[in-house]
Amino acid sequence: MMHALILPLLFPLFAGAALLLGHRLPLPAKRGFSLLATLALVPVALWLLLLAGDGQLRLYAMGDWQPPFGIVLLLDRLSALLLLLNAVLASFAMLYACRGDDERGPNFHALFQFQLLGINGAFLTGDLFNLFVFFEILLISSYTLLLHGQGPARVRSGIHYVVLNLLGSALFLVGVSLLYGLLGTLNMADLAVRVAEMDAGSAPLVAAAGYLLLIVFGLKAAILPLHFWLPRAYAAATAPVAALFAIMTKVGLYAILRVFTLIYGSEAGPLANMVSDWLWPLALVTLAVGVFGALASRGLQTTIGHLVVVSVGTLLAGLALGSQAGLAAALYYLLHTTLVSGGLFLLADLIARQRGALGALLVSAPALRQPLLLGLVFFAGAISVVGLPPFSGFFGKLMLLQAVPPGPDALLFWPVLLVGGLGMLIALSRTGSLIFWRAEGEPVAERADGLRLLAAVGLLLGSVLLVLLARPIIAYLQATAAQLLDLQPYLAIIRGGEA
Amino acid sequence: MEAVLAVTLGVMVTCGVYLILRARVFPVVVGLTLISYAVNLFIFSMGRLATGAPAVIGKSASHVDPLPQALVLTAIVIGFAMTAFVVVLALRGLGELKTDHVDGQEPRE
Repeated sequence: MMHALILPLLFPLFAGAALLLGHRLPLPAKRGFSLLATLALVPVALWLLLLAGDGQLRLYAMGDWQPPFGIVLLLDRLSALLLLLNAVLASFAMLYACRGDDERGPNFHALFQFQLLGINGAFLTGDLFNLFVFFEILLISSYTLLLHGQGPARVRSGIHYVVLNLLGSALFLVGVSLLYGLLGTLNMADLAVRVAEMDAGSAPLVAAAGYLLLIVFGLKAAILPLHFWLPRAYAAATAPVAALFAIMTKVGLYAILRVFTLIYGSEAGPLANMVSDWLWPLALVTLAVGVFGALASRGLQTTIGHLVVVSVGTLLAGLALGSQAGLAAALYYLLHTTLVSGGLFLLADLIARQRGALGALLVSAPALRQPLLLGLVFFAGAISVVGLPPFSGFFGKLMLLQAVPPGPDALLFWPVLLVGGLGMLIALSRTGSLIFWRAEGEPVAERADGLRLLAAVGLLLGSVLLVLLARPIIAYLQATAAQLLDLQPYLAIIRGGEA
Repeated sequence: MEAVLAVTLGVMVTCGVYLILRARVFPVVVGLTLISYAVNLFIFSMGRLATGAPAVIGKSASHVDPLPQALVLTAIVIGFAMTAFVVVLALRGLGELKTDHVDGQEPRE
């Protein structure tokens, strides 16, 4: 058994626990330790990515209890990819936080590590109840991280976020226990086997459990009509936290992808691909509503929050297609949007710091200290997120458009995506021209901190890197999509154990 | 026994939903607690209902499934932590926002 699989859980777990024990240590020591622990995830995730690249499924049986009796971690190409994405995003967010945002409340670093533990765990686990536990770990850390820095705006959005997610957890438990009561297992691969073999009488209840899970994951992923909490919460969070939250919606999308391709996938008999008819219209409406929100928002961070909703809709459309090309395009877009929206949240904070008391509110404010530098970075980021060449957003959208088979679906999807892109372009041009050109008076603030700028630009450069390395990345994503759609190896995990 | 359990769960969830829709922080917290109790009972019942049967194999003629009991224990612990957190957050909101409405401001009449 390969022990590498558990490292992405052990690093943040022990780092977080050590940071709690040593909370009286001087701040530089805590910062250094936390930053090292976060950076250490990058080589580990790279190693796992190389391991997963051979197309084998790797299992890690906790306590050597064999599946389906024990809890397993499951590494395939998709989880390795998302682990790497999370590690990269978290490293830049942590770098940014170390320049002062971590001082605004106690125990920031420990909470950040627990948040990473939850996210990594959700990406790795092969057990539905374990997924619930990791969701709760990442949620309770995200509650406190969202409130980090305090203030009325954070408390206000925090109450909504916490209450909604507690309700979501209750529904998650109902769905999971319903599946257990009907099928007698919680291992995802075993569930897939049993759903394929179940009798027709229990099919409606199993479907009901699946729809309950879809609601829960939809809440996490901020799919219409469960997305209203997102822009407010992300706008209220401190910048590094908002940047890290850029991957939280993707955790929900990952769960949708995992559960509804594996358990309710092509092998599920009468329930095969039962949600794709739902996901397609939901995706388009989410996309459209996100664009309207971006056009209507009155703050820079809120605009970016709505752009996250748009990206969720776009990604969901790729998932709903269910084809190999659609999944590969969606995954490419996922990498792009996570890095770029993380970078934009950091950049928005840098801009807000130079506008004095008005912050990122979209009204005329004192001129920026570094309008040229920040303006250029904002311009590049905006072009990338809207999906214009030469950045990765363009390629992601192009792949998605090509993945839609010609017919009524394409007739619906092309205009929504392209007009939505136009709407985003208008929203961001309005924002940019107001911030950078319609300034009144002399600059009031100091120059941006070098490391903070590096963190923001670093994340946005990820978009360039995605274009430069497009060929190997797309090859990997094609293989990932093919692996996800070929269920036989997953089903063989359990069947092999029985033989 | 099944009917009694089902009615109990239904009543608890109804009360919980009603309290959550009151949109004041304290009723919302109580409502969430009621719903999480109902969910815990539901998980427990997914191991099938039986009286006097231990969750140990070989100690008596019949036994019940121990796994839902382990699951419900996990769910209770997590629910406990979440309730504690939301109570602290509610107090915090009362201090910061000077209102107990979940939107952080009194609704317009």
